[in-house]
Amino acid sequence: MNGSMGNNGLGKFLAGRLFKLITLLVAVSLITFILMKLSPIDPVTAYVGADSRVGAEQRELIAQQWGLDRPPAEQFLSWFSSLLSGDWGQSIIYRRPVLSVIGEKFLASLAVMAAAWALSGVIGFSLGVLSGVKEGKLTDKLIRGYCHVLISTPTFWLGILFVMVFAVWLGWFPVALSVPIGVLAEDVTMMDKLSHLVLPVLTLSVINIAGICMHTREKTVEVLRSDYVLFAKARGENRRQIVRSHVLRNVSLPAITLQFLSFSELFGGAVFVEQVFSYPGLGQAAVQAGLRGDVPLLMGITIISLLFVYTGNTAADLLYRAVDPRIRERYAR
Amino acid sequence: MKDEEYLLKVENLGVSFSQYTQGLKKTRLQVITDLCVELRAGEILAVVGSSGSGKSLLAHAVLGILPENAEETGSIFFEGRKLSQRDKEALRGKEIALIPQSVNFLDPLQKVGDQILSGTGGTSGPGQKRRRRTEQAEALLARYGLEPGVARYFPHQLSGGMARKVLLQTALAADCRAIIADEPTPGLDPDSLAEVLRDFRAAAAEGRGILMITHDINAALQIADRIAIFYAGTTFEIAASSDFAGDGAALRHPYTRALLQALPDRGFTPIPGSQPLPGELPEGCLFCGRCPQQTEECAGRRPMFRDLRGGKVRCIHAT
Amino acid sequence: MRETVELHKKQGVGRAGGVRLLPAGLGIRERTIASAVLLTGIFLFILIGGSLVTDDMLRVDLTNIFAPPGGSHLFGTDWVGRDMLLRTLAGLSLSIKIGVLCSVFSNIVAVVLGILGPTLGGKVDALVSWLIDLVLSVPHAIVIILISLACGGGMKGIVVGVTLTHWTSLTRVIRAEVLQIKEAEYTKISEKLGKNSFYIAKEHILPHVLPQLVVGTVLIFPHAILHEASITFLGFGLPPHEPAIGVILAESMQYLTSGSWWLAFFPGASLILVSMLVDRVGKNIETLISPATAYKGI
Repeated sequence: MNGSMGNNGLGKFLAGRLFKLITLLVAVSLITFILMKLSPIDPVTAYVGADSRVGAEQRELIAQQWGLDRPPAEQFLSWFSSLLSGDWGQSIIYRRPVLSVIGEKFLASLAVMAAAWALSGVIGFSLGVLSGVKEGKLTDKLIRGYCHVLISTPTFWLGILFVMVFAVWLGWFPVALSVPIGVLAEDVTMMDKLSHLVLPVLTLSVINIAGICMHTREKTVEVLRSDYVLFAKARGENRRQIVRSHVLRNVSLPAITLQFLSFSELFGGAVFVEQVFSYPGLGQAAVQAGLRGDVPLLMGITIISLLFVYTGNTAADLLYRAVDPRIRERYAR
Repeated sequence: MKDEEYLLKVENLGVSFSQYTQGLKKTRLQVITDLCVELRAGEILAVVGSSGSGKSLLAHAVLGILPENAEETGSIFFEGRKLSQRDKEALRGKEIALIPQSVNFLDPLQKVGDQILSGTGGTSGPGQKRRRRTEQAEALLARYGLEPGVARYFPHQLSGGMARKVLLQTALAADCRAIIADEPTPGLDPDSLAEVLRDFRAAAAEGRGILMITHDINAALQIADRIAIFYAGTTFEIAASSDFAGDGAALRHPYTRALLQALPDRGFTPIPGSQPLPGELPEGCLFCGRCPQQTEECAGRRPMFRDLRGGKVRCIHAT
Repeated sequence: MRETVELHKKQGVGRAGGVRLLPAGLGIRERTIASAVLLTGIFLFILIGGSLVTDDMLRVDLTNIFAPPGGSHLFGTDWVGRDMLLRTLAGLSLSIKIGVLCSVFSNIVAVVLGILGPTLGGKVDALVSWLIDLVLSVPHAIVIILISLACGGGMKGIVVGVTLTHWTSLTRVIRAEVLQIKEAEYTKISEKLGKNSFYIAKEHILPHVLPQLVVGTVLIFPHAILHEASITFLGFGLPPHEPAIGVILAESMQYLTSGSWWLAFFPGASLILVSMLVDRVGKNIETLISPATAYKGI
């Protein structure tokens, strides 16, 4: 995403990012709207459900109230302008404003995603460095084999596997639901919440390790073959010193950047993990909204996911500018 | 001269690489053959050879940093002691230092000052110690005419001349007895070049031995006390710089003389043919096929490296 | 020092090599070709074998429900006594068909955009880059759900959804390749001779990107089948009456607590194996046709 923009100043950079965000926001909103119009989902049916007592006249009244009788272009403009004013509409299944549903669910998802993000980052990075340093050895082969299998593993299947092993077979964790059934929300202890977090976080972490690990391994091998490591050896630095002062230094920045660029996979993974573990987050809400025709909620979640991914990308770019002396210097001068 | 009087002595060094060609056939690629060179304390010895002919491997072999797929034969002595790989690891950066070709050999993300001192025992430590080390780096830089602030620069902020000096510092910081400089001259403007050569001379005057690997015979003639001629992975001749004076009548090997005559100010006569590639070396003398004095005997076997008129030569016809 | 580093790198390429299914002694080309043929054979066996599974073979047998894996039912049976091995085969076969469709369609999109962008240049190229960013701006899962809903679900929804999310990486590769060729001398000469963009694309660009295209298409496939299964699992893909892996796995969720682990384990593991197998074929082809590695040993 970077590269096309100039380097003269943080302000210009941020302005460029903002402009691009606006074009993407408008495009995604428009495309989502069109896709939903194309779909056979009838919002009114989704709203009233299979209730046969609601007659055709009443349905028409609801449709009229929602503006569904107006031309699509007008509908889009009215939806988009209320979007901008902070009114994202009413969720049909939760019967609450979309923004308040998203706010609550997003926090729940964030807990899973943040933990998995940090965990997979640290473990993936460490394994990657280890694998790269041990290039060609058994350790390297094992780690690479592990990554190759994981890259081909669907998140949801790993989740199912973990349910079978840890919840059903070993009985260490609850099978599903963030809050135990029959327990009042205020009676839920911190431990309950945590224990429901463990398996989703574990699943998401294990899946996400593969990407960061392979990337870090390649970079580590590259650094170890570099001229500057050769020279460091010639200066009498031992293996430990080389790993500490050259490998870690040169590999960590691309790795952290990659972690920020992986927000999209993280969010996508959360959708499946939440579905498997019935975890009440944004991902599960998206699936429910899709299955039950809750168009306003689905469109809202789409836009939130765009903002989430874009934040990660921008953070990656900013980080590079802040940390890499070669880039940092260019606009300090 | 007895062995102990040499600082560094390389005897019959051979370096070869195992490579896979098409299929699973493993071949050995002989890049250095029977290379002999001796370095005395206080002198500058230039090893001159054309670019890309594997000269750098000499430096890598001495320091024990050849890649894993390389195989090394022959012996390397330091102050009369034959070096094992472990010895080399213990000596490098402490007794024997390398000055690499370019700023690309510095870690782009580590400050210059830290890299200058890295060989002398790590750069981390408590604040007190660290500050002392920074001062040490700054003092070193100042000694060779660089601002102390350079210690806080990143490699990409250095100009060509500064980079050269910084690379030299990495060798001087550790107070090494022997310094191997790999192509220290290319890309420098005449002023910086003169300055670098002056720094080398100063370092040698302090009793260090400097082995300068270069393809630039002019730079070598300007600074070196003796010159070793490197060809197709071996040494053809070792001669005093003064032997190159005039038409080179004092020189011993036909290749050295041809090399001298190929210089712009000495006739500009090129040598026909080109150096044999590793893997395509002739059976006998490596200069076979290009040598004007070639006889049948030359093609039979490789000549010995022998003493002749205060220098050394690898040619059966030399007198 | 440069030359040493080069030698070192070459060796590294050698060591990074692929899987050894065949005895040493054959050349790397022969071994790569042979393993590609072998893997393709397995692939075709699953595809054809799975297609031959009929409804009759999957008939309900209530006397033999929830049979654990064993002699007569290698993968066990489900809650109405159907053989899980046959169901899995049928599912994989369906996955493969969808995967092939998605790969080919993604390929077409990638070729068109990847060549059009740089050849027409300027605004068109910027648009292609922006389209790539657009697709990558929302998580794939969400995009496929939206598209699948728009198409009314089913096979069509899945194929369109997966295609429209999987063309980006190959497009980038082709675009980079085309940009490089465009800068090459012979292309410039052709331009000066007054040949039009279409001629240049056909004569100079297509033959060069063809290898990347083949590899890229094969490598899209594993992603495509994994996404298909995942989206079907969520309930947006193939309908429940289809023998898809995603459907089988969604069903298995109901029987997890009762300990019928084989319902989920074997179908999922088989899907992973197929995906890894195709990935390996793609990497092997890449080794074969990439000039950088073609003549190096493993």
